[in-house]
Amino acid sequence: MTLATVKENQQWAVADVPESDVAPAILLDRVTKRFRGDETRPAVLQDVSLTVAEGEFVSLLGASGCGKSTLLSLVAGLEKPTSGTVAAPGGRAALIFQEPALFPWLTAGQNVELALKLRGVARKERRGQAEHLLDRVHLAGQHGSRVHELSGGMRQRVALARALGQEARILLMDEPFAALDAITRDVLHDELIRVWEETGLSIVFVTHNVREAVRLGQRVELMSSRPGRFVRRWTVDIDGPRRIESAGVAALASEITEDLRREIRRHAAVPRVKASS
Amino acid sequence: MSIGTLRSHGSGTTDDVASLEAGLDALDTPSRTTVPLLSRLRRSVLPPIVAVLFLLVVWLVLVALHVKPTYVLPPPSDVWATFTDYWEKGAVQEAVWNSLRRAFVGFAISVVVGTALGLLLAQSRFVRTAIGPLVSGLQSLPSVAWVPAAIIWFGLSDAAIYTVVLLGAVPSIANGLLAGVRQVPPLYLRVGRVLGARGWASIRYVVLPAAMPGYLAGLRQGWAFAWRSLMAAELITFSPELGTSLGQLLQIGRELSDMTLVMAAILMILVVGVGIELLVFAPIERQMLRSRGLTTGSAT
Repeated sequence: MTLATVKENQQWAVADVPESDVAPAILLDRVTKRFRGDETRPAVLQDVSLTVAEGEFVSLLGASGCGKSTLLSLVAGLEKPTSGTVAAPGGRAALIFQEPALFPWLTAGQNVELALKLRGVARKERRGQAEHLLDRVHLAGQHGSRVHELSGGMRQRVALARALGQEARILLMDEPFAALDAITRDVLHDELIRVWEETGLSIVFVTHNVREAVRLGQRVELMSSRPGRFVRRWTVDIDGPRRIESAGVAALASEITEDLRREIRRHAAVPRVKASS
Repeated sequence: MSIGTLRSHGSGTTDDVASLEAGLDALDTPSRTTVPLLSRLRRSVLPPIVAVLFLLVVWLVLVALHVKPTYVLPPPSDVWATFTDYWEKGAVQEAVWNSLRRAFVGFAISVVVGTALGLLLAQSRFVRTAIGPLVSGLQSLPSVAWVPAAIIWFGLSDAAIYTVVLLGAVPSIANGLLAGVRQVPPLYLRVGRVLGARGWASIRYVVLPAAMPGYLAGLRQGWAFAWRSLMAAELITFSPELGTSLGQLLQIGRELSDMTLVMAAILMILVVGVGIELLVFAPIERQMLRSRGLTTGSAT
């Protein structure tokens, strides 16, 4: 157990965090990240350690400035840590952003095909595979659709199909549903869980929505801001189907919200001038 | 507790999700409206025809009022007569062909040079700082200013003409590409990297397609500059060996004090320049913008 402060909660948490029989997919060991020119301010991530087991679904929760997105960039290899080690024994990582970030000069299907092409899939196999991937996110027949002809939810599903096309075993999601309306988001929660169950991907899901974190994750990790650190963890153990409005989800979410608010209030007590000294 | 037992916290069957999504998709998909061809033509073709007819009427009225003597302001019919006269002699066809050929060759070389220069400017900060201002400056220098220099360097030859065309078109194309590359959203580059596009693959599959709108605007402007520069060069680089060209028709008209020929030549230059613009660049640009959802098509 490498986490700095992990308070266990009697009602929800289970003592043993995955370290047992399942191999780790992601390993962060005492990772610190500072950006150049930012040396006087608190680190974006300070001495952060995290283990994600293969096939595990982890929600990362925190207010602005807690380094959630930076953490994903580190795992995806887009950034290098200032110190500490980042390892992904689980293999390559796919990353989904808040904006679907599909390329507008390609059709929905061609966007998926580009992922296949860059992975080295032969030309004649790409079309069929892309159609199969679109079918997996219930977008069969949308291969030729232009990006701007799709709704926000459909675009995000194409992005999911494209990520699946990368054949990565790790899926990193950076507030992927934050820009969607509540109804679409609710449906995409079901969709994501279904895809996760089918594929057994290891998923790290970053969000600032407490209920979303509880609805989706097997584990919720709360982060503090400036510097970014893990402060507390909950194992989500709710029987039966989970929905955003389930009583179990609501109860755990309100408890987590208490902690999140305490973390945010802490910043009001520290004058900003002091932070730069 | 093992991971396995935690699985299955979806709230419905696969079919439930599928039908829900199908319903949402149907509700959320932006509807496409198609405007019938006839009313589209009425909207896009009618206004310019009305404008041309209006100008013709103004011209006829001025002639009828004898504002200027007819050798200064000839009626449209005289201009048309000169045009058909030169057409029958084959001079019009030869002039248009010679000028268009030079314009195409000059523009093609400009595209190659301008694209290479633009890529170099976009990729290297050093090159950008060193010659970026120079390239922008060249863009605002009227290329006719190069004609005397080009004639001194290359004599009255095609080489002199191409030099002027290139100096006119290359900066526009290079700057257009540079502007396009600089407007590529950083998110696209990150997505490209996550998908595994690095180095040349990133340029080929992400940067260049994303920069296409700026590049195409640069090409379009480059064509206008090439055509303009060519006319200036042909007008001044006057030599029988170079054959008949549109610029040369202008020069002959001036020497003969034949206003009908001058006006016929001006109109031909205008028609060819606008024609290429409308027939080549406008459709390509419209197609690209529409496929990216950057216009509302013909909805407005």
